[in-house]
Amino acid sequence: MNNKKDVFLNGVWKENPVLVSLLGLCSVLAISTTIENALGMGIAFSFVMILSNVIISLIRKIVPNEIRIPVYIVVVASLVVIVEMLMAAFLPALHKSLGIFIPLIVVNCIILGRAEAFASKNGVLDSLLDGLGMSIGYTAVLVVLSLVREFFASGSITVWKDLRLSLGDEPGAFFTTFFNTAPSAFILLGVLIGIANIINFRKGTKKE
Amino acid sequence: MRDLITLAFTAIVIENVLLYRFLGVCPFLGVSRKRSSALGMGLAVIFVITISSIVSWLLYTYILVPFEMVYMRTIIFILVIASLVQIIEMFIKKISPSLYRALGIYLPLITTNCAVLGVATLVADPSYTFLTAFVFALASSIGFLFVIYLFSTLREKIERADVPKAFKGVPIALITAGIMAMIFSRFGALNI
Repeated sequence: MNNKKDVFLNGVWKENPVLVSLLGLCSVLAISTTIENALGMGIAFSFVMILSNVIISLIRKIVPNEIRIPVYIVVVASLVVIVEMLMAAFLPALHKSLGIFIPLIVVNCIILGRAEAFASKNGVLDSLLDGLGMSIGYTAVLVVLSLVREFFASGSITVWKDLRLSLGDEPGAFFTTFFNTAPSAFILLGVLIGIANIINFRKGTKKE
Repeated sequence: MRDLITLAFTAIVIENVLLYRFLGVCPFLGVSRKRSSALGMGLAVIFVITISSIVSWLLYTYILVPFEMVYMRTIIFILVIASLVQIIEMFIKKISPSLYRALGIYLPLITTNCAVLGVATLVADPSYTFLTAFVFALASSIGFLFVIYLFSTLREKIERADVPKAFKGVPIALITAGIMAMIFSRFGALNI
């Protein structure tokens, strides 16, 4: 674990919070409708994840063991309130479309899980890298899922305002409804986790 | 009265917390392997969601709004929920040891169930009165129990089915949940 590169890459693939640890699935399922939402959520999540890891790593020697979980929750909740207020002020449209999933970052098991499993035991730099890796892993899954859903729902991909890639054809009503609603999120995430498992089995890193 | 029934039906079936709002998916996948544990989790969730949403609504309406502290709601709600879960746990232990044995192990898990904070946050809105907040919270949690129980009966069968190795466990469970969500979304076409 002392190798900095390993700590960083751990979250991106080997212990990917969504595909391998299967945490924080609620927000992944709900937010993956458009790429814009996915990137917005990714940024909000990364902010909280990285800062909470750093802060918890800094205070790990001061906090008494018995009350560590409530302390972590307060740290994470304060960071989430900061993100929520910043988003409401500078990106009101995005804030509205992400809705209650911004306050729900507090109960995202990835953040508390890493606080407990990693940041409370490791130094500041390692915790920072771990937070960065986890954020990239989480955002990458969110982006892949939302790319598929947005593409099939609208026939085009809009990254930001005018940055748009289009095939020219509007998909049929069936595609639009299916990929915009809940069932597609569950099914696609299931398939994605299955594919990740296949790759891991091939590489032999994961036992049956 | 009619409005309340519509609200309750919508929250239980059409806009189900799990299949429509995506709240509480982690426990949904985690404790749905056996029918008994799904039932225990569902009942514990009904207790906690109903009580914590009522408390959150009261705090929101009578403290946060008058003192203009709405931005503090996330911190306050999560602390309220965490302590409430502790209190409910002690209370159940005192009044009914048999109920405690059935629900005890699920209660600590509920603090990080996003359905609890989710419903509390949804209810903390000027459009809800005390009565509608109560009905919405109760109906949402009944919807959670309903779906997690149905899902656990399916999953007991899936566990024994011949699924490709890579799709065993969570992936196939997610795909099943997707098909369930498809069926539930059709209730939205009902005219009520």
